[in-house]
Amino acid sequence: MTIEIKTATLEPVRNTFAHIERRFGDKPATRYQEATYDVQSEVNFHYRPLWQPELELTDTRRTAIKMADWYAFRDPRQFYYGAYVQARAKMQEVAENNYAFFEKRGLAERMPEEAKQKVIRCLLPLRHVEHAANLNNMYGSAYGNGTAITQALLFDGMDRLGIAQYVSRIGLLLDGNTGDALSEARSYWMSDPLWQGVRRYLEKTLVTEDWFEVFIAQDVVLDSLIYNLIYEQFDAKLAQQDGQDLGMLTEFMQVWFKDASRWVDAVLKTAAAESDENRLQLEQWISHWRGQAEEALSLVAHEAVEEGALQVAREALDKRLSKAGLFK
Amino acid sequence: MAAKKLNIKEKYRLLTRDLDWEFSYEDRNKAFPFEEFEGIKITDWSKWEDPFRLTMDAYWKYQAEKEKKLYAIFDAFAQNDGHLNVSDPRYVNAVKLFLTGVSPLEYQAYQGFAHVGRQFGGVGARVACQMQSLDELRHVQTQIHAMSHYNKFFDGLQEYSHMHDRVWYLSVPKSFFNDARSAGPFEFMIAIGFSFEYVLTNLLFVPFMSGAAHNGDMATVTFGFSAQSDEARHMTLGLEIIKFLLEQHEDNVPVVQKWIDKWFWRGSRLLTIVSMMMDYMLPNKVMSWKEAWEVYFEEAGGALFKDLARYGIRMPKYADVIEKEKEHISHQAWWTFYTHGHAAGFHTWIPTDEELDWLSAKYPDTFDKYYRPRWELAKEMEAKGERFYTSGLPQLCQTCQIPMLFTEMDDPTQIAYRDCVHNGERYHFCSDGCKDIFEEEPEKFVQSWLPVHQIFQGNCGGPGVEDILRDYYRMNVGADNMDMKGSPDELRWKKWKGVA
Ligand SMILES: [Fe+2]
Ligand SMILES: [Fe+2]
Ligand SMILES: [Zn+2]
Repeated sequence: MTIEIKTATLEPVRNTFAHIERRFGDKPATRYQEATYDVQSEVNFHYRPLWQPELELTDTRRTAIKMADWYAFRDPRQFYYGAYVQARAKMQEVAENNYAFFEKRGLAERMPEEAKQKVIRCLLPLRHVEHAANLNNMYGSAYGNGTAITQALLFDGMDRLGIAQYVSRIGLLLDGNTGDALSEARSYWMSDPLWQGVRRYLEKTLVTEDWFEVFIAQDVVLDSLIYNLIYEQFDAKLAQQDGQDLGMLTEFMQVWFKDASRWVDAVLKTAAAESDENRLQLEQWISHWRGQAEEALSLVAHEAVEEGALQVAREALDKRLSKAGLFK
Repeated sequence: MAAKKLNIKEKYRLLTRDLDWEFSYEDRNKAFPFEEFEGIKITDWSKWEDPFRLTMDAYWKYQAEKEKKLYAIFDAFAQNDGHLNVSDPRYVNAVKLFLTGVSPLEYQAYQGFAHVGRQFGGVGARVACQMQSLDELRHVQTQIHAMSHYNKFFDGLQEYSHMHDRVWYLSVPKSFFNDARSAGPFEFMIAIGFSFEYVLTNLLFVPFMSGAAHNGDMATVTFGFSAQSDEARHMTLGLEIIKFLLEQHEDNVPVVQKWIDKWFWRGSRLLTIVSMMMDYMLPNKVMSWKEAWEVYFEEAGGALFKDLARYGIRMPKYADVIEKEKEHISHQAWWTFYTHGHAAGFHTWIPTDEELDWLSAKYPDTFDKYYRPRWELAKEMEAKGERFYTSGLPQLCQTCQIPMLFTEMDDPTQIAYRDCVHNGERYHFCSDGCKDIFEEEPEKFVQSWLPVHQIFQGNCGGPGVEDILRDYYRMNVGADNMDMKGSPDELRWKKWKGVA
């Protein structure tokens, strides 16, 4: 049976799903809205998890943060799966060209030995940091509440795996695919005093229970400081030492951090604006973790950039925090 | 730099496995605390074979290409009123069943794989699970988008999420996944990664997707094709996990066998809804449930278990009962929905004469003998204006939560009842399989949120059934439920098609 429709399209019976209509009114919805709001199960869970019998499968008590509506955490990027992979595919295309160019032109050979050594010692260990960030964001995705925030945490977690892989590829470009640079960087990560503070910090985040606190420790505090220190300040400093080609390999991370920060800032702002209780809790967590992170990063900042670099990174973090309505 | 170059396997190792490290400052078991309580012994995570070697950059690239094509078709489908191309408006009820019963399981798969993707101590396994988690989020979201257009033109889809958490028959799929997610991480992987994704998924997706293809549903078909390459990865992960567990330690074999017994039984019960969809809800048939079961379970599954025999794994318990059930369950299920059609979120109907003949031909040993006479009676009653609806609420199985609709397989006129007493309380089951599962873990299954019990306890509003449907389930009573004949869906369809 073939149908030919010559007239205008049919009048729909309704514009969208009922839960979307209750939130946004009776009008056509966006793909982000339909993919996000009220998709997750809320009630009538059948069995308590054997691995955490005091709580339900999805349970708001897994964090001290309280929200009247967990779907208040709208992602300003409006990432649902399709929008997310398309945005990242564009970024990876640029990265792929950069990495290919770097390799084809033999830019690794051009990089001064000293600059190379700096990259191996100060930047390559970040692949382990990214790995922890992957786990920490998966944690929030698994135990958080409401698709709006849990999907964004999943996207962030996968981004971090991607970045860990890009950082690793920098090592492979530098050592001509032998893996030697990566094993050298790994030994710095494991035993060089330079990195032990950061490693200690991250191991601590991996045993921290409250998923929102983990988000603060990782995505807000540590990322803010490290991305500023390494992908901005270290990058700039390397450029002065004839290592500017590295910038082609870290562009992805810079662009990514801007993109992710829009979301992280929105989460912070929403949580803080919800109640004084939330705001105080956030400030307490941030103060605690910021202190730990500054201690952990002091050697790295000094070695990778210079005295005072950490202060610059700290100021950038504090500016974000005050924009989010914290520490007023 | 003349040192040796890495091969692909080593390179992938550096891009994933090598990212993790041994802890110095915290107890690593506290970071991965759920690995031991199930009695599974992992001696060496490094023996894990990566089921696929996909880095994130490649993942983004391939998946974005797929999404671009998929959404172009969704857009065209909506612009061209693609819903008018379906074979018959009855078909859309299969879509309703899918969105309310199956898509929320994709969401639970996302949650479950995020959980194990965080919890496994081995980074190779974690990364594979994380990618599956992301894929499963893709599946639920693309299904919502594919069906969004149907929601604009047909009843019964608009409260899919609210209904999934409450409606009596939807607790069957919901509890299935809740059970897997509330289990330990290894049981979850045997339940979902292996039993479901590797073996049973073909019996869920092939019928729905080919059903869509045979019935002119471009949106669902396109989604199905697009998800195929994801599923291929999920299947290799499912196979790797079982091989890995069986190879890690011989003590794992009986534990894994116990889970296989449980999850194949639970899976075959869950697939009851697919069986009735195939045999009764598709206006253009693909194949009978019985045929699908023979191809995808008996042949494919049989070969698989032959392969696993070298590890000491045997066919799932009650495989012999399951084999007999293929002749019956679709008929018993659709009859139950037909007679409870006032309480279902989709329409039900009597098969047409042609369809009854098809069923007779496909089920020569059972249909005419046991089931056709019921439909002939229903037809007579309907002709007299007495379309039959039952008034009572069904008793549900404590384990699978399906109403007691299954018969003894050796006597299809006798409803099967099993029961047992636990802590002074009597519990009821549809089968020996479900009773066994309960007795293995009674503390878990006494918790079941049984929709009918909940109604009787007054937890779902009421007092009347209609109050519950309207207020607690948020069904649009008189539009979403009841017979296809005379439904708003049917009236609109006729108007669109210009038939009286
Ligand atoms: Fe899926
Ligand atoms: Fe899957
Ligand atoms: Zn049962």
